[in-house]
Amino acid sequence: MVSNRLLALAAGVVATIGLSMTAHAQQATITGAGASFPNPLYQKWGEAAKEGAGIQLNYQSVGSGAGQAQIRNRTVDFGASDAPMTAEQLQEHNLLQFPATMGSLVAIVNIPGVEDHKMRLTGELLSEIYLGKITKWNDPKLVEMNPGLNLPNLAIAPVYRADGSGTTYVWVSYLSAVSGEFKQRVGVGTSVRWPAGTGARGNEGVAGTVRNVRGAIGYVEHAYAAQNKLVTTQLRNKAGNFITAEPEAFQAAAANADWSAPNFAASLIDTQGEKSWPIVSPTFILLPKNPQDATRAQNVMKFFDWAFRNGDQMAVQLDYIPLPETVEDAIRAAWTAEVKADGKALWPAQ
Amino acid sequence: MQQAATFSAQTAPPPPHELRRGKSSGALGDAIFAAACRSAGVLVLLLLGAIILELFLGGLQAFRTFGPAFVTSTEWDPVQEVFGAGVSIYGTLVTAVLALVMAVPLAFGIAFYLTELAPPWLRRPVGTAVELLAAVPSIIYGMWGFFLIVPFMSTTVQPFVIDTLGTLPVLENLFAGPPFGTGIFTAALILAIMILPFIAATMRDVFETVPPVFKESAYGLGCTQWEVVRSVVLPYTRVSVVGGIMLGLGRALGETMAVTFVIGNANRISASLFGPGNTIASVVALEFGEAELGSLKLSALLGLGFILFVISFIVLAASRFLLRQRLKA
Repeated sequence: MVSNRLLALAAGVVATIGLSMTAHAQQATITGAGASFPNPLYQKWGEAAKEGAGIQLNYQSVGSGAGQAQIRNRTVDFGASDAPMTAEQLQEHNLLQFPATMGSLVAIVNIPGVEDHKMRLTGELLSEIYLGKITKWNDPKLVEMNPGLNLPNLAIAPVYRADGSGTTYVWVSYLSAVSGEFKQRVGVGTSVRWPAGTGARGNEGVAGTVRNVRGAIGYVEHAYAAQNKLVTTQLRNKAGNFITAEPEAFQAAAANADWSAPNFAASLIDTQGEKSWPIVSPTFILLPKNPQDATRAQNVMKFFDWAFRNGDQMAVQLDYIPLPETVEDAIRAAWTAEVKADGKALWPAQ
Repeated sequence: MQQAATFSAQTAPPPPHELRRGKSSGALGDAIFAAACRSAGVLVLLLLGAIILELFLGGLQAFRTFGPAFVTSTEWDPVQEVFGAGVSIYGTLVTAVLALVMAVPLAFGIAFYLTELAPPWLRRPVGTAVELLAAVPSIIYGMWGFFLIVPFMSTTVQPFVIDTLGTLPVLENLFAGPPFGTGIFTAALILAIMILPFIAATMRDVFETVPPVFKESAYGLGCTQWEVVRSVVLPYTRVSVVGGIMLGLGRALGETMAVTFVIGNANRISASLFGPGNTIASVVALEFGEAELGSLKLSALLGLGFILFVISFIVLAASRFLLRQRLKA
């Protein structure tokens, strides 16, 4: 008797699971893992694409390094990374790399009496601050740059990301691009050997430390600074103009980038252009060129195609920078040319 | 009469197999029970061995590349792929020892107050509060430290110290620099609060095991409270007290999240206690996410884990050794 009841119960459970599985089967699922910086946008796109494209995205924000490792082992359908992979690495692991969106970094400061967008800084000064060579806010070089500000005799406290992060990669790329000494002494990586300052964990840690400490300076993604009303600085771009951190300046940088670089590894660091913000960075998607499961790879491309067509507004709302349309077309062409199963292109030419 | 019965039972115990024969569970059930218990015991050894071996093998690449310098070198440069554990070993030991220095006297005070001085109606609530403190997750301590202690240190304590002592010629260098609020000292402070309940609870429990007759005799001889503690309570409970302190030290050495929030995470050894540093556990937690599979960095991180294991082992072994000598004396 008991066993009969148990059987009935088990059958019921199996039937329920079966039903819910068929309900899910109508929606194609794709999995991705990697960079945490674009995670809010991917989640938002994923939410919207359930209805819009019939694709359910399961994205794990585990960090760029882990994302690269996972797509190499093919445990996910696509990987995501803030730092581009080198051409050799892409070749070795048979991966196609393309950008999905862009973001920008800003410097945030905590100086008594200095308001948002008022302080003027250059890349050279930033690198000297982070090298520990400029240690006071009333240093003659800073005063000369900011005649309108009353800079106090206060120690500068540089704050950096203590955890390995794509944000740090972009920040040190910029400092290395503008300062030979920084490039030689520190270099470029997701975590580096900082000669000065203190480390904090995550964007929220850097922002919190800068807020707590008189005289602190730090770097966060613009989206984070905008949402939390942090005091950002102006930066001097390559053309010699001081630029305020605003969406127009980021778009100007995107428009001036050289997107013809191999594997879309365009550098948006310190680009030309009168109005370009100097620290803008694309974030990349890594897709196998020889997918094990052709349908899932097709769905990944379908997802990003949908996001390129319908996701710009969401990107802007979250303070990301949408890709120029020409770049999106080039990405679709690359899909057609490179991603194949049994010698057949998985993305039809348009 | 009862005593006599026990005595006779002890002199002539029935052979063990006869006892078993009478039970319904039978020899087979007992054998299964014994085997299950034995394998549970062996499992602990196997697990421990497997973890040590895994960490060592994982770190082997780093040990081979850098040799013994891996332990002493203070260089940690992920770009050049040069890794040394010196700074994090230093930070781990200094924060843990500082935390003990702060926590042990406090824990002793709590324990003695609870067992000897507090009115009986207060003992249970305070004792329960101490035990509840031990149950607070470490991430809570980390956030509390980051949002309350660190601002307090950076806006009140450190500016005061820098303004008063920082102008003196010699101390200037010791307290120079911006008041971050984070650093070795803050980390040790948070650690001290975290390990306090462990040590205090252990001490209270063992103080309660002292037979009242000993203490009453001492008081009867005219001893002060301090003399009773020093000459009766502490000698009687020495082993367990040191055991409790070691328990705290073990937690302080391996604590990750709370320390990561407040230590400043810089790979430097600074003369000032307010200076930032890092610990083995915090470095591993922070760098693990971006360490690529099969990279030298990952190997160095696993090697750090192995070193932490060895340090904990040495601490335990040293405490055992010290206790043995004291017990003989």
